[in-house]
Amino acid sequence: MRIPFSYIARNLWVRRLTTVLTAGGMALVVFVFAAVMMLDAGLKATLVATGSDDNVLFIRKGAETEVQSGVARDQAALIESLPQIARDERGAARVSKEVVVLNSLAKIDSGKRSNVPIRGVTAMGLALRPHVKIVQGRTFRPGSSEIVVGASVARQFVGVELGQSLAFAQRQWTVVGVFDAGRTAFDSEIWGDAEQLAQAFRRFGGYSSVIAQLTSYDAFDALLEGLANEPRLTVEVKRERQFYEDQSRALSGFISYLGITLSIIFSLGAVIGAAITMYSSVATRTGEIGTLRALGFRRRSILTAFLLESLLLALVGGLAGLFAATFLQAFTISTTNFTSFSELAFSFALTPKIILNSVAFALVMGLIGGFLPAIKASRMKIVDALRAD
Amino acid sequence: MFFLKLVLRNAFRARLRSALTVLGLVIALVAFGLLQTVVGAWYAGSEAASASRLVTRNSISLVFPLPMYYREKILAIDGVRGVAVSNWFGGVWRDEKSFFAQFATDLPSYFAMYPEFKFRPDEWQDLLRDREGAAVGRQLADLYGFKVGDRVPIRGTIYPGNWEFNVRAIYEGRDDATITRQFYFHYDYLNEFLKQRFPRAADNAGVFVIDVDDPAKVADVARTIDAEFANSLAATLTETEKAFSLSFVAMVDTIIQVISGVSFIVILIIFAVAANTMAMTARERLSEYATLKALGFGPGFVARLIFSESVMIAAVGGAIAIAVTPGIAQGFFNALGKTVFARFDVAPATLATQALAAFAVGALAALVPMVRSAHVKIVDGLRHVG
Repeated sequence: MRIPFSYIARNLWVRRLTTVLTAGGMALVVFVFAAVMMLDAGLKATLVATGSDDNVLFIRKGAETEVQSGVARDQAALIESLPQIARDERGAARVSKEVVVLNSLAKIDSGKRSNVPIRGVTAMGLALRPHVKIVQGRTFRPGSSEIVVGASVARQFVGVELGQSLAFAQRQWTVVGVFDAGRTAFDSEIWGDAEQLAQAFRRFGGYSSVIAQLTSYDAFDALLEGLANEPRLTVEVKRERQFYEDQSRALSGFISYLGITLSIIFSLGAVIGAAITMYSSVATRTGEIGTLRALGFRRRSILTAFLLESLLLALVGGLAGLFAATFLQAFTISTTNFTSFSELAFSFALTPKIILNSVAFALVMGLIGGFLPAIKASRMKIVDALRAD
Repeated sequence: MFFLKLVLRNAFRARLRSALTVLGLVIALVAFGLLQTVVGAWYAGSEAASASRLVTRNSISLVFPLPMYYREKILAIDGVRGVAVSNWFGGVWRDEKSFFAQFATDLPSYFAMYPEFKFRPDEWQDLLRDREGAAVGRQLADLYGFKVGDRVPIRGTIYPGNWEFNVRAIYEGRDDATITRQFYFHYDYLNEFLKQRFPRAADNAGVFVIDVDDPAKVADVARTIDAEFANSLAATLTETEKAFSLSFVAMVDTIIQVISGVSFIVILIIFAVAANTMAMTARERLSEYATLKALGFGPGFVARLIFSESVMIAAVGGAIAIAVTPGIAQGFFNALGKTVFARFDVAPATLATQALAAFAVGALAALVPMVRSAHVKIVDGLRHVG
């Protein structure tokens, strides 16, 4: 025979202050847990969304980032001639030979300098990233010292408003537009004309990376094979999506490792809180437990009832913490990505998996905290329990 | 005396509950202390950096080098005693996780301006003689077990290829505050390779480290250097070594702030637990408090009783936490932290904050029960059943 759920729920309602405090402790733990997972998910989402399915990226063998990489001009020409690379209606290879450098700019809020990637792109490069849209001003004119800045850069850094100009590499670069790359890593970049930037930065030797569109998604394996059979090419190729995902690995590993460690340590506090509450719940209701047992409820029913009470308490806490965490989605965090050594803005992202994990995490806390008290309640002898009051 | 005895008896009457509360307090305060120490450890490297040495880098960003001939021009500037080249090598030894910093430097001029690094004379001579020789700091050598005579393979990421170095010297720090976790090798070894393979990248310096003869002149010298190169191909940015190394910490400022912020959440969590303990205690003893009042004790007495009990439990938790934090920090550092942090010392300020947090938790946790119990009507209190 099961003890009615309303009996369990009302026990929590009667002791409202205790319930609020205990569930509040758990809510804080779940909030921290969810926040960190959301940060990690946001970072991954931003970087993964940066790449397109059909695009591949060539960098120098052994280089981890575009900034470190160098692709010589003859190598870039060889890449253009590979059969797996798509061509436009006029027969030109859908390839963008790009130059990526870092420029340290001062942040608006702290005045501290941080590295911002400056990417020299070609007209084809813009065509390869259809998700990048100019939202203010216009795009840069090819062959000029004009630049356009990503939405996150425009928000965070000094001197990049429309019409202002940045001085670097002995030239003045005028900001003529702001682009929105749909919450991808490109939002944290500055773009300009590839040849102009290469000249200014005196990169006569070649490009940083070559971005190319495949004839089809499945052409990648053939491309790898072709590359292996072409000894003149000393470059490495990755799917663009994979490349950006790799860029997230170090920071993402750090965030999730830190988050899980903190959540587990913090949860000890909340579990102790739940145990205190449940022990007291058992102690104050010793007489009731005796009565229930005398009425014929089995030990297992008592055990289940107290466990359910603890789980319900945890669920309330977990949902409250999760609810508070949903408001974090409005915030954007900006920090240096260890891998690319440059500033990257990303938001908190709530995914169904995080919701499930957070609720599960709360329930586990409730289960652990309520376990011993529930055992204690179920082991009481009827006579002793009835005599207790 | 009677009052204290009463508080003490009360505090540990519900033994299990008090013990659990104390345990929770200890865990939370230790976690808080460790997090604060992590934040502090982040800045430790910068604190060890000198405010009287200067670092000159390309004003665009560190990714861009400076031409080698700048060195002579800088040396000619009034107040400059020495200039050394330093190139971040950024190679990978064994795997990405076993990270340590490698620099290509002109060793004699570089170490001349770092009196805090102590070499054995014979090792120093061996280091200078071997073109592939490398100097390893004591902390780094202990961390990965490098010994003099070891051949160390490192995969280049910025400078492609598989490089090999011979450990010729292990240098010691002058004192405990000196960080010796670096790996230095000859700039010429790197430059010769670049001359052959990538001639355009040769004869470049990542940064110049500059020794100034009078610490008072540091700011002037920095301005003079930057003015000298303002209109040249590579404009420079010169700052003190301390500011230079703080700029790296600033890059992850957001993360440090998050950690610091989160460390206060754990205090909130334990506050909820302690407040709950006190609320339950007071509720159970409502009839006792009514009895005390009936005997003639005032509401202030009851409030003081609850307050003292709460603070006493918090004080026990706080005292244990403060006693064990340094030891746990050391254990954590030995087990995990050495690859990440150079130092991991619990600051006195952290211990003081722990004490303050414990008191605040104890005091605030008593607040609601104090008000409730002090105001309870004797009749209601006596009628109340736990």
